[in-house]
Amino acid sequence: MTALRPDLAIIACEVREAARVLDVGCGDGQLMAALRDTKNVDARGLELDARDVATAVSRGLSVIQGDADTDLAAYPDGSFDYAILSQTLQTTKRPDLVLDHLVRIGREAFVSFPNFAHWRIRFAHMFGGRMPITEQLPHRWYDSPNIHHVTIDDFRSFLHDRHIQIEGQWFLSGNKPRNERFANLLAQHAVFQLRRK
Amino acid sequence: MALRMQGDTRFGLDRKTRLLGPVKLDSGAEFAPVDFAYETYGELNADKSNAILICHALTGDQYVASTHPVTGKDGWWTRMVGPGKPIDPARHCVISINVMGSCMGSSGPASIDPSTGAAYAMGFPVITIPDMVRAQAILLDHLGIETLEAVVGGSMGGMQALSWAALYPERVKSAVVIASTARHSAQNIAFHEVGRQAIMADPRWNNGAYYGREAPSSGLAVARMAAHITYLSEAGLTEKFGRRLQNRDAKSFGFDADFQVESYLRYQGLSFVDRFDANSYLYITRAMDYFDLAEPHDGVLAKAFAGIKTRFCLISFDSDWLYPTAESRRIVHALNAAGAAASFVELSSPFGHDAFLLDAPEMNRIVDGFLRAGEQS
Repeated sequence: MTALRPDLAIIACEVREAARVLDVGCGDGQLMAALRDTKNVDARGLELDARDVATAVSRGLSVIQGDADTDLAAYPDGSFDYAILSQTLQTTKRPDLVLDHLVRIGREAFVSFPNFAHWRIRFAHMFGGRMPITEQLPHRWYDSPNIHHVTIDDFRSFLHDRHIQIEGQWFLSGNKPRNERFANLLAQHAVFQLRRK
Repeated sequence: MALRMQGDTRFGLDRKTRLLGPVKLDSGAEFAPVDFAYETYGELNADKSNAILICHALTGDQYVASTHPVTGKDGWWTRMVGPGKPIDPARHCVISINVMGSCMGSSGPASIDPSTGAAYAMGFPVITIPDMVRAQAILLDHLGIETLEAVVGGSMGGMQALSWAALYPERVKSAVVIASTARHSAQNIAFHEVGRQAIMADPRWNNGAYYGREAPSSGLAVARMAAHITYLSEAGLTEKFGRRLQNRDAKSFGFDADFQVESYLRYQGLSFVDRFDANSYLYITRAMDYFDLAEPHDGVLAKAFAGIKTRFCLISFDSDWLYPTAESRRIVHALNAAGAAASFVELSSPFGHDAFLLDAPEMNRIVDGFLRAGEQS
């Protein structure tokens, strides 16, 4: 098995044994397969890309081709122990509604996203005057799937407004964990564990 | 293992049996005795856990992967069923049963009513998709198969797979539902009504009493032509025929089949009447039109799957306008609401509804992975 992406490794580590998990934007099912194989998790997935869904299903995973923006409403409240949204929030049309669904469907939720306030991006903006193209955000302005960029501080403020409680938070620069100090400036990625108050 | 089944005449190619039944029908009537024409491929394993039921579509039959006795053509799903295919007789005991109401050996309007010695004709009871499934369950009891590893079907076969899971959830471990729907839409019913009216407008139909005389072939051919259009896509028809003329350089200014597409449809109609019974066409299209899995559950589809342990795999095709992706998605949403393990993919194909019968490597890859995962658990 190939090594999990660092944000997925954090989530995989935190998920309880034999939990029920919904992975929204599950790609080809890498995290789901890892959770199933190492923690006996009952995992379900939602993914937009047909090829990724086909690969995930052929791996024996239960994955549905669908859109986080339109297909989460059918899932009942609290039907999963965890709802996971990894590197997908910034690609949704209505991230606010997707997050509402996430903490409704999952008793807890994990959300990971690239931090748009990382100093490299700020630097590129300030001195380059152009939309930044970085290792974590390698797309050009016109072909980027990332349509709602968010910073760690934006996200925290949103959680506060929506009365969503932070149960845990992790920060990454490069592939390495880093502490919370100046995270909004220094972290490239963030992982939040959430619960509805 | 093979030894145990050798000599067991219940298994093999081209089987026929009559069982006492009765089948308890949705109409409230009971039907007995029940004739079954079916085939099996592969051996049932020691714990009888490798049986896969293949359900056929409206005009399909039990000859899934063996030569059709009337047309001499290969089975209709050799791309899915056979050595090295996702459903493999080396691994599975494959069962396919001609549905009740059809005309390839199972009880249908052309069968002889033992109480009169004449064909049932319109005296055959109006049946539903769940009735077909209840009949199949009686045959499986006879074969000693309690649990199915999977029920697999496309189109009307998918409706049967859904009904199997809803009626007998404890008997179905996995269900594969391809290019199908949980209900017939107004448009679906409308097209079927055109076909039925074409048959009944043929004077030879004679209120269904045409057995032993000339059959209403013209009506049945027109019904098939209309239906065949719904199995293809506009893009597929354009690519295959465009506005090209048939064996001529100019329009005839008459009503011959000037266009290739006309000639093709006429051929589809004519070749169909050799292998299908007009009354069966009426009964089976009726059963499909009556199909609405949510109806007995106050219109809430999720209730049909409440607490179900069956795993589901649904596949739709983007150019299928007969049972479009939205219908599969509706089933998926209901399965999600019921907490069932469900997978779903919309595949891309230019071939419309018929895509499930054609070469679709991605469909095979998905079905293979889905079935193998079920075998491990």
